[in-house]
Amino acid sequence: MALLEVKDLKVRVEEREILHGLTLTVNEGEIHAIMGPNGSGKSTLSHVIAGKPGYEVTDGQILFKGEDLLEMSPDERAAKGVFLAFQYPVEIPGVATMTFLRTALNAQRKARGESEYSTPDFLKKVREVSKSLNIPQDMLKRGVNVGFSGGEKKRNEVLQMALFEPSLCILDEMDSGLDIDALRIAADGVNALHSPKRAMVVITHYQRLLNYIVPDFVHVMSKGRVVKSGGKELALELEESGYAQFEDAA
Amino acid sequence: MPAVQETVERVKRIDVDQYRYGFETQIESDKAPKGLSEDTVRFISEKKNEPAWMLQWRLEAYRRWLTMTEPTWARVDYPKIDFQDLYYYAAPKPKKTVTSLDEIDPEILKTYEKLGIPLREVAMLEGVEPKPGEEDPARRKIAVDAVFDSVSVATTFKAELKKAGVIFMPISEAIREHPELVQKYLGSVVPTSDNFYATLNSAVFSDGSFVYVPPGVRCPMELSTYFRINERNTGQFERTLIIADKGSYVSYLEGCTAPQRDENQLHAAVVELVAHDDAEIKYSTVQNWYPGNSEGKGGIYNFVTKRGDCRGNNSKISWTQVETGSAITWKYPSCILRGDNSRGEFYSIAISNGFQQVDSGTKMIHLGKNTSSRIISKGIAAGKSQNTYRGLVTAHRKATGARNFTACDSLLIGDKCGAHTVPYIEAKNSSATFEHEATTSKISEDVLFYCIQRGLTQEEAVGLVVNGFVKDVLQQLPMEFAVEAQKLISISLEGSVG
Ligand SMILES: Nc1ncnc2c1ncn2[C@@H]1O[C@H](COP(=O)(O)OP(=O)(O)OP(=O)(O)O)[C@@H](O)[C@H]1O
Ligand SMILES: [Mg+2]
Repeated sequence: MALLEVKDLKVRVEEREILHGLTLTVNEGEIHAIMGPNGSGKSTLSHVIAGKPGYEVTDGQILFKGEDLLEMSPDERAAKGVFLAFQYPVEIPGVATMTFLRTALNAQRKARGESEYSTPDFLKKVREVSKSLNIPQDMLKRGVNVGFSGGEKKRNEVLQMALFEPSLCILDEMDSGLDIDALRIAADGVNALHSPKRAMVVITHYQRLLNYIVPDFVHVMSKGRVVKSGGKELALELEESGYAQFEDAA
Repeated sequence: MPAVQETVERVKRIDVDQYRYGFETQIESDKAPKGLSEDTVRFISEKKNEPAWMLQWRLEAYRRWLTMTEPTWARVDYPKIDFQDLYYYAAPKPKKTVTSLDEIDPEILKTYEKLGIPLREVAMLEGVEPKPGEEDPARRKIAVDAVFDSVSVATTFKAELKKAGVIFMPISEAIREHPELVQKYLGSVVPTSDNFYATLNSAVFSDGSFVYVPPGVRCPMELSTYFRINERNTGQFERTLIIADKGSYVSYLEGCTAPQRDENQLHAAVVELVAHDDAEIKYSTVQNWYPGNSEGKGGIYNFVTKRGDCRGNNSKISWTQVETGSAITWKYPSCILRGDNSRGEFYSIAISNGFQQVDSGTKMIHLGKNTSSRIISKGIAAGKSQNTYRGLVTAHRKATGARNFTACDSLLIGDKCGAHTVPYIEAKNSSATFEHEATTSKISEDVLFYCIQRGLTQEEAVGLVVNGFVKDVLQQLPMEFAVEAQKLISISLEGSVG
């Protein structure tokens, strides 16, 4: 059974159809890259998978581990293992990062009927993960993403990914706004999470990221559809010739 | 944006009927006849075996009240109250005189248990142990003077307080046992003629707490009163008087919640604080009365007069309040900064949901030299509620070097509610420095979705974001109270989304 199956998905936002019948299958252990011009619907797809309000699914379905994802509330999806690393992570003033991590982790565990982490176990885990991502402990005492640099925010997303151990990680332009070093640290963090049980969907505009996170499949989206799929060489091809050739196909 | 629309839809479906604490306790009660007259005042005074001077004091207030009219300047709207249609006195009939918690009516104890108030025997009597890993190694104890309806039914920790010389008892008892103190201070901060509701309270107050901390004494525990309204149609008129003598310190916690009912209930309490030279009073409130149902029906009218007098030099009074309940709140805990170098603080979280109306804030009256005050107000409006901060900061001609800092932040959840800030500032001398900051923001759909994507439910997400918003104020509460308050904030916003 596929981990994620998106079939003929049609999505409307404010009466306007954005996705016009999109199909995508992701199996456990695979890394998929999604590329495509601005406005082609990449973020929309990730939002619909995560369950962001405001999108109307008019047709098609999304199965996650064989279950109907669209029937689940967004927090249920998170507890089941869907993780979305946001392109622009928000700030939550007054809520210490540490408190947030713990509240979220325990909420997920509770939803799965697992016991809450004890304080020492939790702290140990956070320390390990944040160390590997070069995140200083001080940062975890600050409000969630408050005053974090662009790179720090992205690392904080990867930190949460590592902590929550989701089975599907969707990374929406995690490379935007990162310098080369920050990109490498974040990508190393992502690669460390790669496992036969976990799949990654990496949304990006640049082939550069895919040098660090090497995809098994590359999909090109245009105007709300996947118009071409291939291996990692497809990304190189795009880098050279651009999206123009696919726009017509769409 | 559609996401916002969704919230609006959800807010439309708001249901505050989930009010957790809506239940009544079946206890026989001893009532004064309905309505208000000199006879009612005499009945109350007699019930309490009051000395003649107290009755005179009440009667003077009553006569004064007859000449007064209800204030209408607050941004609240409610049907006219028929003061003849209320009961002014109700006392639970104790089966016998109570000397320890074991003897209290089990119905009453059950009520507290439902509220999750940690009155239950052992924890309370042994003092509250801090959780492992959390600071404050000193064992904290909380003395509970439980006021049930109008009569105090239990007083614990009396012995220990007595050893320290602290007087902590129902005010009805203090009137008999410490008449010289009560006569000296009662009405000295909030005079009987102060305002319509305070005057009414002076005439018919039922009971409340009395605290006197002698010179140089640091009160050995936090003093706490949990009270609730439990009698249909009973106006509740609490009267609290706290005196911190020279160089003393006391922290007082007040928290309450009421059962669900249809009729609106009037609550007009008066709290007076007096801090002498170098003394400090910290007064914390968590207020969670029935706010009314999803149609805006029922709920408590909370018209309270709270005022602290920094009478001595270097004295300090600090008000911290978490206001989540009541249909209507009209409340301005204030400080008169009379002594030189005295300091007043006001930290407030006011949450309104459903059809609640809140008009609350503070007054800082700078009279002495080099006095300072600080106001941090966090208003959260959800549903169809209206939430107004109304504040007054004045510096008298002689109040040289007066300083004030005010920060008022409002958070809106949905777009059917309103937040308003009405600051009045009067500096009658040029050396005063007053700073005022105000912000209003809407709870962000993106922030909520971020939290939910990480596994929090919609309600948990709102609770978390709001708790972050009010963090500066929560930090001012004593630790065990802060935890309770945090839960309450989340509970009171249930139904505001989702
Ligand atoms: N809330 C919304 N309201 C109206 N239109 C929207 C909304 N969200 C997305 N759209 C529209 O849907 C289309 C797809 O947007 P989307 O953000 O999914 O594109 P994208 O592929 O992620 O683009 P980019 O590469 O720029 O991030 C765009 O035309 C966008 O304007
Ligand atoms: Mg995008």
